[in-house]
Amino acid sequence: MTTLPQTTDKKLGLVIDLDTCVGCHACVVSCKGWNTENYGAPLSDQDAYGADPSGTFLNRVHSYEVTPEVGPAQLIHFPKSCLHCDDAPCVTVCPTGASYKRQEDGIVLVNEDACIGCGLCAWACPYGAREMDQAAGVMKKCTLCVDRIYNENLPEEDRVPSCVRTCPSGARHFGDLGDENSDVSKLVVERGGMDLMPEQGTKPVNKYLPPRPKDVVPEFDILAPYLEPVASSQKGFLSWLDKALEKI
Amino acid sequence: MHPAGSVIVFTVASGLGFGLLTWLGIGVPTLKGWHAFWYYAVAFGLAGGGLLASTFHLGNPQRFLKAFSQWRSSWLSREGCLAVASMAVMGVFAICSIFMGSIWQPLGYIGAALSVLTIFATSMIYAQLKTVPRWNHWTTPCLFLLLSLGGGALLALQTWSAGILIGLAGVVQLLAWYLGDNQFKRRGSNTGTATGLGFRGTVRSFESPHTGNNYLLKEMVHKVGRKHAQKLRVIAFALMIVSPLICLFISFSIPVVAVALVLHILGIFTQRWLFFAEAEHVVGLYYGKR
Repeated sequence: MTTLPQTTDKKLGLVIDLDTCVGCHACVVSCKGWNTENYGAPLSDQDAYGADPSGTFLNRVHSYEVTPEVGPAQLIHFPKSCLHCDDAPCVTVCPTGASYKRQEDGIVLVNEDACIGCGLCAWACPYGAREMDQAAGVMKKCTLCVDRIYNENLPEEDRVPSCVRTCPSGARHFGDLGDENSDVSKLVVERGGMDLMPEQGTKPVNKYLPPRPKDVVPEFDILAPYLEPVASSQKGFLSWLDKALEKI
Repeated sequence: MHPAGSVIVFTVASGLGFGLLTWLGIGVPTLKGWHAFWYYAVAFGLAGGGLLASTFHLGNPQRFLKAFSQWRSSWLSREGCLAVASMAVMGVFAICSIFMGSIWQPLGYIGAALSVLTIFATSMIYAQLKTVPRWNHWTTPCLFLLLSLGGGALLALQTWSAGILIGLAGVVQLLAWYLGDNQFKRRGSNTGTATGLGFRGTVRSFESPHTGNNYLLKEMVHKVGRKHAQKLRVIAFALMIVSPLICLFISFSIPVVAVALVLHILGIFTQRWLFFAEAEHVVGLYYGKR
């Protein structure tokens, strides 16, 4: 069971647009809200109201400063959750078969009834996508909201992962990345979607869209830089004040 | 990586236990009766005690039986299966030697082979992890095997073999430290590749996703003690390699070998603590930490 499927029928995953993410952390909150009361053990917090609070999250938003060779630095908000890798190292290291990748849609899941909480899968993941729940002693990870996306009790527009449904800036997209005609696949081609840490050989399904280059304000008149400045010295009261202050 | 006490005890104790079982299995020394009993008691105590210690860091140890199911793909599962298999085979061999005074050597050879494989599987739990470049190297299994067999030889009072194996372990240890220090850099992972933003310029972690601590940072971004790493390396090497060799050079008498053994074991504990504390996980890159 912990061997990976040769191929998966679908490759469900997320496409995250780093250009539009505003870093509001709404996806983090909605993810925790949905997943603490649905699939598997709740996402517990420790010392939540004390001096050293910590807790289990399946999705976290980092912020990075990128300084180009020329020009001003750019701040980029960076949501990170499980990338549902095709070659998921977290699956093959599992000794109990609790960690598995589904053949039908490629989602990487943890069967919590079989998890012994050894933590080796979290060690094997380069992305920090797995966190051990300190109360339940089992490994928690993004399920791609497997209990929403196929849930016919929900209105159709809600049958997407909670983070995608919540994102106010439309920075998160959900779909089948194995189908080259899907909207997400087209988006990846159009915007040059990229893999995180490709050198680890995990073949992530989730893709990140790089931020577009910042707009440069165009020069309206090509001769403008060569003209003498038109502005002359101040007149009236301001001129007197300028001179008076200069003399002091 | 966080140097968890249970995992350090597990790797040190079961390494020594299976090392000793290997020597007993190949009949070096050949033992019978009550004399054999004490050797086997030590070997099984260390091997079994180590395995028991490893369960202390599990979130749900009551489900441990499931861990024997995935030997096709998982080194951790293989380690469990091999440990049980070698202890079972060596158990039968030990009972025959102790209580019946009969030694059926082929069984001992099988037990010894399984013990060596168990040590190898233990080392591969760590060496398989691409995410920890320092461990993901041939020196890891090599060092685990040499230290386990060398320590086992000391326990079995095989002084010449112990001296040679510990000496070799010293060479591999120095190589592991030398190569390990550049391993992270050599793999080419940095905050640029981790975020995919490296092509845009220099990437720096501006703000962490959370103000407090979390599982990832506690488990994989352990930095405490790294500042004393060089001193601890000297201490570990002196205790683990140099002092047992000096002891064995002085005399092969039992009290001297016992001193060598105690110093060696203290050294392995220090080395194993460093093995975890010095290992850097690539996830630290997302936090601007190593």
